[in-house]
Amino acid sequence: MTLETESTVQSPAAQAESAAGSAPASVANASGLNAGASRLTEIIVVTSGKGGVGKTTTSASLACGLAKRGKKVAVIDFDIGLRNLDLVMGCERRVVYDFVNVIHGDCTLKQALIKDKRLDTLYILAASQTRDKDALNVEGVRRVLDELIADGFDYIICDSPAGIEKGAHLAMYYADRAIVVVNPEVSSVRDSDRVLGLLSSKTYRAEKGDTKVKEHLLLTRYSPRRVATGEMMSVEDVKEILGVDVIGVIPESADVLSASNAGTPVILHSQSDVAQAYEDTVRRLLGEDLPLRFLQEPKRGFLARMFGG
Amino acid sequence: MGLLAFFRRTPPTASVAKERLRIIVAQERTNRGGPDYLPLLRRELFEVIKKYVNVDADAIQVNLGKEEGHDVLEFSVALPGSESRA
Ligand SMILES: Nc1ncnc2c1ncn2[C@@H]1O[C@H](COP(=O)(O)OP(=O)(O)O)[C@@H](O)[C@H]1O
Ligand SMILES: [Mg+2]
Repeated sequence: MTLETESTVQSPAAQAESAAGSAPASVANASGLNAGASRLTEIIVVTSGKGGVGKTTTSASLACGLAKRGKKVAVIDFDIGLRNLDLVMGCERRVVYDFVNVIHGDCTLKQALIKDKRLDTLYILAASQTRDKDALNVEGVRRVLDELIADGFDYIICDSPAGIEKGAHLAMYYADRAIVVVNPEVSSVRDSDRVLGLLSSKTYRAEKGDTKVKEHLLLTRYSPRRVATGEMMSVEDVKEILGVDVIGVIPESADVLSASNAGTPVILHSQSDVAQAYEDTVRRLLGEDLPLRFLQEPKRGFLARMFGG
Repeated sequence: MGLLAFFRRTPPTASVAKERLRIIVAQERTNRGGPDYLPLLRRELFEVIKKYVNVDADAIQVNLGKEEGHDVLEFSVALPGSESRA
Protein backbone atom coordinates (compact mmCIF):
# COMPACT_ATOMS: atom_id res chain seq x y z
CA MET A 1 0.00 0.00 0.00
CA THR A 2 2.59 2.49 1.10
CA LEU A 3 4.83 1.14 -1.57
CA GLU A 4 2.27 1.92 -4.29
CA THR A 5 2.07 5.51 -3.21
CA GLU A 6 5.80 5.73 -3.17
CA SER A 7 6.24 4.38 -6.66
CA THR A 8 3.61 6.61 -8.25
CA VAL A 9 5.33 9.57 -6.71
CA GLN A 10 8.71 8.65 -8.02
CA SER A 11 8.31 7.12 -11.41
CA PRO A 12 6.96 10.16 -13.31
CA ALA A 13 10.02 12.02 -12.13
CA ALA A 14 12.30 9.44 -13.62
CA GLN A 15 10.36 9.48 -16.88
CA ALA A 16 10.41 13.24 -17.16
CA GLU A 17 14.08 13.25 -16.40
CA SER A 18 14.85 11.02 -19.35
CA ALA A 19 12.36 12.70 -21.68
CA ALA A 20 13.86 16.07 -20.91
CA GLY A 21 17.38 14.74 -21.21
CA SER A 22 16.95 13.45 -24.74
CA ALA A 23 15.28 16.45 -26.30
CA PRO A 24 17.97 19.13 -26.41
CA ALA A 25 21.00 16.93 -27.07
CA SER A 26 21.15 17.93 -30.72
CA VAL A 27 21.25 21.60 -29.91
CA ALA A 28 23.84 21.70 -27.18
CA ASN A 29 26.56 21.72 -29.80
CA ALA A 30 24.64 23.56 -32.49
CA SER A 31 25.55 27.16 -33.15
CA GLY A 32 23.45 28.24 -30.18
CA LEU A 33 21.28 31.20 -29.57
CA ASN A 34 22.59 34.67 -30.27
CA ALA A 35 23.69 34.31 -26.68
CA GLY A 36 26.75 35.97 -25.35
CA ALA A 37 27.35 39.25 -23.62
CA SER A 38 26.40 41.52 -26.51
CA ARG A 39 22.80 40.36 -26.71
CA LEU A 40 20.37 42.89 -25.32
CA THR A 41 17.29 40.72 -25.32
CA GLU A 42 16.43 39.01 -22.08
CA ILE A 43 14.50 35.75 -22.26
CA ILE A 44 12.33 35.16 -19.19
CA VAL A 45 10.46 31.93 -18.52
CA VAL A 46 7.43 31.94 -16.25
CA THR A 47 7.28 28.41 -14.91
CA SER A 48 6.08 26.36 -11.92
CA GLY A 49 5.65 22.63 -12.35
CA LYS A 50 2.15 22.67 -10.93
CA GLY A 51 -0.76 23.88 -13.04
CA GLY A 52 -3.23 26.59 -12.13
CA VAL A 53 -0.86 28.56 -9.92
CA GLY A 54 -0.91 31.77 -11.96
CA LYS A 55 1.72 31.46 -14.71
CA THR A 56 -0.45 32.79 -17.52
CA THR A 57 -1.88 35.58 -15.36
CA THR A 58 1.70 36.51 -14.45
CA SER A 59 3.09 36.27 -18.00
CA ALA A 60 0.38 38.60 -19.31
CA SER A 61 0.82 41.15 -16.52
CA LEU A 62 4.61 41.21 -16.60
CA ALA A 63 4.59 41.58 -20.39
CA CYS A 64 2.18 44.53 -20.12
CA GLY A 65 4.12 46.10 -17.28
CA LEU A 66 7.36 45.99 -19.23
CA ALA A 67 5.70 47.29 -22.40
CA LYS A 68 4.11 50.15 -20.43
CA ARG A 69 7.64 51.24 -19.64
CA GLY A 70 8.48 51.39 -23.34
CA LYS A 71 10.21 48.02 -23.58
CA LYS A 72 9.63 46.00 -26.72
CA VAL A 73 8.11 42.76 -25.49
CA ALA A 74 7.01 39.47 -27.03
CA VAL A 75 5.02 37.06 -24.89
CA ILE A 76 4.86 33.48 -26.14
CA ASP A 77 2.34 30.83 -25.12
CA PHE A 78 4.17 27.48 -24.86
CA ASP A 79 1.06 25.67 -23.66
CA ILE A 80 0.52 23.80 -26.91
CA GLY A 81 -2.90 22.20 -27.15
CA LEU A 82 -4.54 24.45 -24.58
CA ARG A 83 -3.92 28.09 -25.53
CA ASN A 84 -4.94 30.44 -22.73
CA LEU A 85 -2.70 33.44 -23.01
CA ASP A 86 -4.66 34.93 -25.93
CA LEU A 87 -7.81 34.91 -23.76
CA VAL A 88 -6.11 36.52 -20.80
CA MET A 89 -4.64 39.14 -23.16
CA GLY A 90 -8.01 39.62 -24.86
CA CYS A 91 -6.81 38.91 -28.40
CA GLU A 92 -8.33 35.45 -28.98
CA ARG A 93 -10.29 36.55 -32.05
CA ARG A 94 -7.20 37.95 -33.73
CA VAL A 95 -5.26 34.68 -33.76
CA VAL A 96 -4.72 33.63 -37.36
CA TYR A 97 -1.38 31.92 -37.15
CA ASP A 98 0.29 30.47 -34.08
CA PHE A 99 3.66 29.40 -32.70
CA VAL A 100 3.53 25.95 -34.33
CA ASN A 101 2.64 27.46 -37.72
CA VAL A 102 5.78 29.58 -37.51
CA ILE A 103 7.94 26.63 -36.56
CA HIS A 104 6.54 24.54 -39.42
CA GLY A 105 7.07 27.38 -41.89
CA ASP A 106 3.34 27.83 -42.65
CA CYS A 107 3.77 31.57 -42.14
CA THR A 108 6.37 34.12 -41.17
CA LEU A 109 6.93 35.18 -37.59
CA LYS A 110 5.68 38.68 -38.47
CA GLN A 111 2.37 37.22 -39.67
CA ALA A 112 1.89 35.31 -36.45
CA LEU A 113 2.82 38.03 -33.97
CA ILE A 114 -0.30 39.81 -32.73
CA LYS A 115 0.25 43.44 -31.90
CA ASP A 116 -1.49 44.47 -28.70
CA LYS A 117 -4.18 47.15 -29.10
CA ARG A 118 -3.40 48.86 -25.82
CA LEU A 119 0.37 48.95 -25.81
CA ASP A 120 2.41 49.77 -28.90
CA THR A 121 5.47 47.71 -28.09
CA LEU A 122 3.72 44.52 -27.01
CA TYR A 123 3.32 41.42 -29.19
CA ILE A 124 1.71 38.06 -28.51
CA LEU A 125 2.52 34.73 -30.09
CA ALA A 126 -0.37 32.34 -29.47
CA ALA A 127 -0.09 28.62 -28.79
CA SER A 128 -1.40 26.16 -31.29
CA GLN A 129 -4.38 24.00 -30.46
CA THR A 130 -2.91 20.95 -32.12
CA ARG A 131 -2.96 17.72 -30.17
CA ASP A 132 0.45 16.77 -31.51
CA LYS A 133 2.76 16.86 -28.50
CA ASP A 134 5.82 16.97 -30.71
CA ALA A 135 4.69 20.07 -32.57
CA LEU A 136 7.41 22.08 -30.86
CA ASN A 137 11.07 21.23 -31.10
CA VAL A 138 14.18 22.80 -29.74
CA GLU A 139 15.49 23.82 -33.19
CA GLY A 140 12.26 25.57 -34.09
CA VAL A 141 12.07 27.35 -30.76
CA ARG A 142 15.59 28.57 -31.25
CA ARG A 143 14.83 29.94 -34.70
CA VAL A 144 11.87 31.91 -33.40
CA LEU A 145 13.83 33.30 -30.44
CA ASP A 146 16.73 34.22 -32.72
CA GLU A 147 14.44 36.12 -35.03
CA LEU A 148 12.90 38.04 -32.12
CA ILE A 149 16.39 38.86 -30.88
CA ALA A 150 17.39 40.07 -34.33
CA ASP A 151 14.23 42.20 -34.41
CA GLY A 152 15.42 44.09 -31.37
CA PHE A 153 12.97 42.85 -28.75
CA ASP A 154 14.02 43.82 -25.23
CA TYR A 155 12.14 41.01 -23.49
CA ILE A 156 10.77 37.64 -24.52
CA ILE A 157 8.40 36.17 -21.93
CA CYS A 158 7.81 32.43 -22.23
CA ASP A 159 4.57 31.28 -20.59
CA SER A 160 5.30 27.66 -19.66
CA PRO A 161 2.77 24.85 -19.60
CA ALA A 162 2.36 22.91 -16.36
CA GLY A 163 4.38 19.77 -15.75
CA ILE A 164 8.04 18.99 -16.16
CA GLU A 165 7.77 17.30 -19.53
CA LYS A 166 8.73 18.46 -22.99
CA GLY A 167 6.64 21.64 -23.23
CA ALA A 168 7.84 22.98 -19.90
CA HIS A 169 11.35 21.97 -20.78
CA LEU A 170 11.29 23.83 -24.10
CA ALA A 171 9.83 26.94 -22.46
CA MET A 172 12.73 27.12 -20.01
CA TYR A 173 15.50 25.84 -22.25
CA TYR A 174 16.85 29.16 -23.54
CA ALA A 175 15.91 31.29 -20.55
CA ASP A 176 18.25 33.87 -19.08
CA ARG A 177 15.95 34.34 -16.13
CA ALA A 178 13.21 32.27 -14.55
CA ILE A 179 10.23 33.37 -12.55
CA VAL A 180 9.04 30.37 -10.60
CA VAL A 181 5.41 30.97 -9.72
CA VAL A 182 4.51 29.29 -6.45
CA ASN A 183 1.42 29.16 -4.26
CA PRO A 184 2.02 28.81 -0.51
CA GLU A 185 0.80 25.24 -0.53
CA VAL A 186 2.66 21.92 -0.23
CA SER A 187 2.34 20.47 -3.72
CA SER A 188 3.14 23.75 -5.42
CA VAL A 189 6.27 24.29 -3.30
CA ARG A 190 7.50 20.77 -3.92
CA ASP A 191 6.94 21.07 -7.67
CA SER A 192 8.75 24.39 -7.68
CA ASP A 193 11.76 22.71 -6.17
CA ARG A 194 11.72 20.14 -8.98
CA VAL A 195 11.58 22.95 -11.51
CA LEU A 196 14.50 24.70 -9.81
CA GLY A 197 16.44 21.47 -10.19
CA LEU A 198 15.68 21.38 -13.93
CA LEU A 199 16.63 25.04 -14.35
CA SER A 200 20.06 24.33 -12.96
CA SER A 201 20.66 21.20 -15.02
CA LYS A 202 18.51 20.99 -18.16
CA THR A 203 18.78 24.44 -19.67
CA TYR A 204 21.02 25.69 -22.44
CA ARG A 205 22.96 27.79 -19.95
CA ALA A 206 23.43 24.80 -17.63
CA GLU A 207 24.49 22.48 -20.45
CA LYS A 208 26.90 25.01 -21.90
CA GLY A 209 28.38 25.72 -18.49
CA ASP A 210 27.43 29.37 -18.98
CA THR A 211 26.39 31.66 -16.14
CA LYS A 212 23.36 30.22 -14.33
CA VAL A 213 19.78 31.08 -15.20
CA LYS A 214 18.73 33.79 -12.70
CA GLU A 215 16.00 32.37 -10.52
CA HIS A 216 13.27 34.19 -8.63
CA LEU A 217 10.20 33.08 -6.74
CA LEU A 218 6.91 34.82 -7.29
CA LEU A 219 4.34 33.93 -4.65
CA THR A 220 0.81 34.22 -5.93
CA ARG A 221 -2.66 33.74 -4.48
CA TYR A 222 -1.23 34.86 -1.16
CA SER A 223 -3.72 35.34 1.62
CA PRO A 224 -2.31 37.45 4.48
CA ARG A 225 -5.36 36.63 6.58
CA ARG A 226 -4.75 32.90 6.36
CA VAL A 227 -1.06 33.40 6.99
CA ALA A 228 -1.96 35.37 10.13
CA THR A 229 -4.16 32.54 11.42
CA GLY A 230 -1.48 29.95 10.71
CA GLU A 231 -3.44 28.21 7.96
CA MET A 232 -1.09 29.22 5.16
CA MET A 233 2.69 29.22 4.91
CA SER A 234 4.25 32.67 4.89
CA VAL A 235 6.60 34.24 2.34
CA GLU A 236 9.44 33.60 4.75
CA ASP A 237 8.51 29.90 5.10
CA VAL A 238 8.49 29.34 1.34
CA LYS A 239 11.67 31.31 0.83
CA GLU A 240 13.41 29.33 3.55
CA ILE A 241 12.37 25.95 2.12
CA LEU A 242 13.33 26.75 -1.46
CA GLY A 243 16.30 29.00 -0.76
CA VAL A 244 15.61 31.34 -3.67
CA ASP A 245 15.01 35.09 -3.60
CA VAL A 246 11.43 36.42 -3.81
CA ILE A 247 10.74 38.93 -6.57
CA GLY A 248 7.13 39.56 -5.61
CA VAL A 249 4.08 38.52 -3.67
CA ILE A 250 0.70 38.70 -5.40
CA PRO A 251 -2.33 38.60 -3.13
CA GLU A 252 -5.33 36.36 -3.74
CA SER A 253 -8.02 38.55 -5.25
CA ALA A 254 -11.28 38.39 -7.14
CA ASP A 255 -9.88 41.09 -9.45
CA VAL A 256 -7.91 38.39 -11.29
CA LEU A 257 -11.08 36.63 -12.35
CA SER A 258 -12.83 39.80 -13.46
CA ALA A 259 -9.74 40.84 -15.40
CA SER A 260 -9.58 37.53 -17.22
CA ASN A 261 -13.32 37.67 -17.88
CA ALA A 262 -12.76 41.01 -19.59
CA GLY A 263 -9.58 39.98 -21.40
CA THR A 264 -7.58 42.75 -19.77
CA PRO A 265 -4.36 41.71 -18.01
CA VAL A 266 -4.92 42.42 -14.32
CA ILE A 267 -1.93 44.77 -14.10
CA LEU A 268 -3.97 47.27 -16.13
CA HIS A 269 -6.66 47.41 -13.39
CA SER A 270 -4.50 49.97 -11.68
CA GLN A 271 -6.60 50.48 -8.55
CA SER A 272 -6.32 46.82 -7.57
CA ASP A 273 -3.77 45.47 -5.07
CA VAL A 274 -2.91 42.71 -7.52
CA ALA A 275 -2.06 45.27 -10.20
CA GLN A 276 0.16 47.18 -7.80
CA ALA A 277 1.87 44.00 -6.67
CA TYR A 278 2.59 43.11 -10.32
CA GLU A 279 3.82 46.68 -10.99
CA ASP A 280 6.26 46.30 -8.09
CA THR A 281 7.43 42.98 -9.53
CA VAL A 282 8.10 44.60 -12.92
CA ARG A 283 10.10 47.36 -11.26
CA ARG A 284 12.15 44.80 -9.36
CA LEU A 285 12.77 42.95 -12.63
CA LEU A 286 14.13 46.22 -13.98
CA GLY A 287 16.50 46.43 -11.05
CA GLU A 288 14.69 48.56 -8.48
CA ASP A 289 14.92 47.59 -4.85
CA LEU A 290 11.43 47.80 -3.35
CA PRO A 291 10.02 46.35 -0.15
CA LEU A 292 7.33 43.67 -0.51
CA ARG A 293 3.78 44.98 -0.05
CA PHE A 294 0.39 43.44 0.68
CA LEU A 295 1.77 41.04 3.27
CA GLN A 296 -0.64 42.29 5.91
CA GLU A 297 -4.34 41.77 5.99
CA PRO A 298 -6.11 44.94 4.81
CA LYS A 299 -7.91 46.80 7.58
CA ARG A 300 -11.52 45.78 7.71
CA GLY A 301 -14.61 47.20 9.33
CA PHE A 302 -15.76 46.18 12.80
CA LEU A 303 -18.45 43.75 11.62
CA ALA A 304 -16.18 42.08 9.11
CA ARG A 305 -13.61 41.56 11.83
CA MET A 306 -16.12 40.20 14.33
CA PHE A 307 -17.55 37.65 11.98
CA GLY A 308 -14.41 36.66 10.12
CA GLY A 309 -14.61 35.91 6.47
CA MET B 1 -9.17 36.34 14.22
CA GLY B 2 -12.93 36.85 13.86
CA LEU B 3 -15.52 35.18 16.06
CA LEU B 4 -16.56 32.69 13.43
CA ALA B 5 -12.97 31.68 12.83
CA PHE B 6 -12.57 31.32 16.58
CA PHE B 7 -15.51 28.95 16.84
CA ARG B 8 -14.54 27.04 13.75
CA ARG B 9 -11.18 26.36 15.42
CA THR B 10 -9.32 25.14 12.38
CA PRO B 11 -5.98 24.05 13.78
CA PRO B 12 -3.11 26.04 12.26
CA THR B 13 -1.52 23.69 9.76
CA ALA B 14 1.04 25.92 8.05
CA SER B 15 3.81 24.80 10.38
CA VAL B 16 3.02 21.15 9.62
CA ALA B 17 3.22 21.92 5.90
CA LYS B 18 6.54 23.63 6.34
CA GLU B 19 8.06 20.77 8.30
CA ARG B 20 6.88 18.13 5.79
CA LEU B 21 8.25 20.18 2.93
CA ARG B 22 11.57 20.70 4.62
CA ILE B 23 12.06 16.94 4.83
CA ILE B 24 10.79 15.94 1.39
CA VAL B 25 12.62 18.74 -0.40
CA ALA B 26 15.89 17.83 1.31
CA GLN B 27 15.38 14.18 0.39
CA GLU B 28 14.54 14.94 -3.24
CA ARG B 29 17.52 17.23 -3.55
CA THR B 30 19.96 14.51 -2.48
CA ASN B 31 18.41 12.07 -4.92
CA ARG B 32 18.42 14.61 -7.74
CA GLY B 33 22.14 14.81 -8.31
CA GLY B 34 22.49 11.09 -7.70
CA PRO B 35 22.21 8.06 -9.93
CA ASP B 36 18.83 7.22 -11.49
CA TYR B 37 18.69 3.89 -9.71
CA LEU B 38 18.20 5.38 -6.24
CA PRO B 39 14.38 5.25 -6.23
CA LEU B 40 14.38 1.68 -7.50
CA LEU B 41 17.08 0.67 -5.06
CA ARG B 42 15.04 2.15 -2.25
CA ARG B 43 11.95 0.27 -3.40
CA GLU B 44 13.75 -3.07 -3.66
CA LEU B 45 15.39 -2.60 -0.29
CA PHE B 46 11.97 -1.97 1.13
CA GLU B 47 10.67 -5.24 -0.38
CA VAL B 48 13.55 -7.22 1.10
CA ILE B 49 13.35 -5.67 4.55
CA LYS B 50 9.60 -6.20 4.65
CA LYS B 51 10.21 -9.97 4.43
CA TYR B 52 11.84 -9.84 7.84
CA VAL B 53 10.43 -6.84 9.67
CA ASN B 54 7.17 -5.05 9.27
CA VAL B 55 8.33 -1.52 8.44
CA ASP B 56 6.74 1.41 6.70
CA ALA B 57 8.23 2.90 3.55
CA ASP B 58 9.09 6.10 5.35
CA ALA B 59 11.29 4.17 7.79
CA ILE B 60 13.85 3.66 5.04
CA GLN B 61 16.23 6.48 4.27
CA VAL B 62 18.64 6.31 1.39
CA ASN B 63 21.08 9.16 1.23
CA LEU B 64 23.86 10.00 -1.09
CA GLY B 65 26.54 12.04 0.57
CA LYS B 66 30.19 12.88 0.25
CA GLU B 67 32.92 11.88 2.64
CA GLU B 68 36.62 12.50 2.23
CA GLY B 69 36.34 12.99 -1.49
CA HIS B 70 34.18 10.03 -2.42
CA ASP B 71 30.46 9.45 -2.67
CA VAL B 72 28.91 7.50 0.14
CA LEU B 73 25.59 5.75 -0.09
CA GLU B 74 23.94 5.66 3.30
CA PHE B 75 20.99 3.53 4.36
CA SER B 76 19.09 3.77 7.53
CA VAL B 77 16.10 1.74 8.60
CA ALA B 78 14.09 2.74 11.65
CA LEU B 79 12.72 -0.46 13.18
CA PRO B 80 9.22 -0.46 14.62
CA GLY B 81 9.11 0.27 18.33
CA SER B 82 12.57 1.80 18.25
CA GLU B 83 11.06 5.19 17.55
CA SER B 84 10.36 7.28 20.63
CA ARG B 85 6.82 8.49 20.42
CA ALA B 86 6.08 12.09 21.22
N1 LIG C 1 -3.69 36.31 -7.48
C1 LIG C 1 -4.76 35.56 -7.81
N2 LIG C 1 -5.91 35.66 -7.10
C2 LIG C 1 -6.99 34.92 -7.43
N3 LIG C 1 -7.04 34.07 -8.46
C3 LIG C 1 -5.94 33.93 -9.22
C4 LIG C 1 -4.74 34.65 -8.94
N4 LIG C 1 -3.80 34.30 -9.86
C5 LIG C 1 -4.40 33.39 -10.67
N5 LIG C 1 -5.67 33.16 -10.30
C6 LIG C 1 -6.65 32.26 -10.94
O1 LIG C 1 -6.11 30.96 -10.93
C7 LIG C 1 -6.44 30.27 -12.12
C8 LIG C 1 -5.18 29.77 -12.82
O2 LIG C 1 -4.41 30.87 -13.24
P1 LIG C 1 -3.46 30.78 -14.51
O3 LIG C 1 -2.73 32.07 -14.61
O4 LIG C 1 -4.22 30.33 -15.71
O5 LIG C 1 -2.48 29.63 -14.01
P2 LIG C 1 -1.47 28.69 -14.84
O6 LIG C 1 -1.11 29.41 -16.09
O7 LIG C 1 -0.32 28.54 -13.89
O8 LIG C 1 -2.18 27.40 -15.08
C9 LIG C 1 -7.23 31.24 -12.97
O9 LIG C 1 -8.59 30.96 -12.81
C10 LIG C 1 -6.88 32.59 -12.41
O10 LIG C 1 -7.94 33.49 -12.58
MG1 LIG D 1 -1.20 28.74 -18.16
